[in-house]
Amino acid sequence: MSELKKVLTEPLFSKNPIAVQILGICSALAVTTSLNVTLVMCIALTSVTAFSNLGIALIRHHIPNNIRIIVQMTIIASLVIVVDQILKAYAYEISKQLSVFVGLIITNCIVMGRAEAFAMKNGPVLSFFDGIGNGLGYSVVLITVATVRELFGAGKLFGFEVLPLIQDGGWYQSNGLLLLPPSAFFIIGGFIWVLRTWKKDQVEESEYKILPNTEHSGGH
Amino acid sequence: MSANNDSIQKTLLVAILLCLVCSVIVAGAAVSLKPLQQANKVADRKQNILAAAGILQPGVDIDEQFKQVTTRIVNLEAGRYATEAELAEIKEAGLDPKNYDQSKASKMPELSEKLQDDPASIKRQADYAPVYILENSAGEIEKIIMPVHGYGLWSTLYGFLALKGDMETIAGLGFYQHAETPGLGGEVDNPKWKSLWVGKKLHDEDGDVAISVVKGGAEPGNPNQVDGLSGATLTSRGVDSLVKFWVGESGFGKFLTKLKEQGA
Repeated sequence: MSELKKVLTEPLFSKNPIAVQILGICSALAVTTSLNVTLVMCIALTSVTAFSNLGIALIRHHIPNNIRIIVQMTIIASLVIVVDQILKAYAYEISKQLSVFVGLIITNCIVMGRAEAFAMKNGPVLSFFDGIGNGLGYSVVLITVATVRELFGAGKLFGFEVLPLIQDGGWYQSNGLLLLPPSAFFIIGGFIWVLRTWKKDQVEESEYKILPNTEHSGGH
Repeated sequence: MSANNDSIQKTLLVAILLCLVCSVIVAGAAVSLKPLQQANKVADRKQNILAAAGILQPGVDIDEQFKQVTTRIVNLEAGRYATEAELAEIKEAGLDPKNYDQSKASKMPELSEKLQDDPASIKRQADYAPVYILENSAGEIEKIIMPVHGYGLWSTLYGFLALKGDMETIAGLGFYQHAETPGLGGEVDNPKWKSLWVGKKLHDEDGDVAISVVKGGAEPGNPNQVDGLSGATLTSRGVDSLVKFWVGESGFGKFLTKLKEQGA
């Protein structure tokens, strides 16, 4: 049981797929302008990771080694299409906003990474929860980024006005940069900084050291 | 992983079985969810039409609200409603006149024409376009809603332009699909900017199409001018040319003139 708890909670902070392994950044930049869209994207990615892990773990003893990546991709791609179809049927407005990014879950490195690194070597139950855990780790970062972007970029949370904008007669001048993709880089960077200040073991050792200045430096 | 997993037979077997299972799952999901998805698309379009006319009531069933609207097909070239023979022609080309798809028609050579003069950058224009009519209890046209589209900065903007019964005063303009820069060109969705259009006139005193989006701000009191979007010169220019195009001679212009004469 403790094993289960470990695969569920570790990816949240100590082995976060975005903050520590720097995977899946692409969609983190694209879909985080509003919380509604972000939440749906998180649910979509979590379910795809969980079920692709489950499926791959179930047949892991029968997957021929030389086509294993193609087998994984086929399973992941099928699940993504199913998720996309479900969204178009039950959450049409949001699926319009997510547009291509649901399809791009196929190329999300987290899904592929967990399939190859975990589901190929572990049982179905454990793999399923590992998928959920990593999906949640992705969600933690995305929700943080989306909260900052929507609140300060559009003055809203979940589409409800929190900071009244100047354009609508309020006092808050929105920060347009936050609505553009590059701003997510800064926020994810900040997130990683905070995380590494809190969990010192995540700080990587520098690959080289800058030498001190030579004794003869300086002019005559 | 046993060694015989890598034999050619096993590899082929796994690949074929996997493809079969996956295709059944994907096809099953696509087929079983199709009716719901199509209903969503139709409802979405209806909602946008109502919103453009400024008569959308939130929380009320869309289909119920849409009952007051009549859909007609217009022959743009001739400037009148399509005749029975023309409707049959649309049907023959494989489109349902009751649920006419203008963007599909604009890709079919028999139902569309390549534009020589193309200010809105739409390349091909369909011969027929739908209009949505809202009548009052006396049977007079109260509002008429026309689909419009044209190129902005990054994307084609698709929207609806609604006119009041005099075929001259704008009742609303709204875009339901575009990919302009959020916060700049994306401000075409801003309710405050959209409200600037309401009450503007299409033509000037000489009867020429004069409605325009003006960079740097409209002259106060000018009934033909709307403020441009700040920081979005190209999107504003795109909206300007697409509105001019669709109310002009090659768009709904002839049809609107005819309706106006009949009304007078």
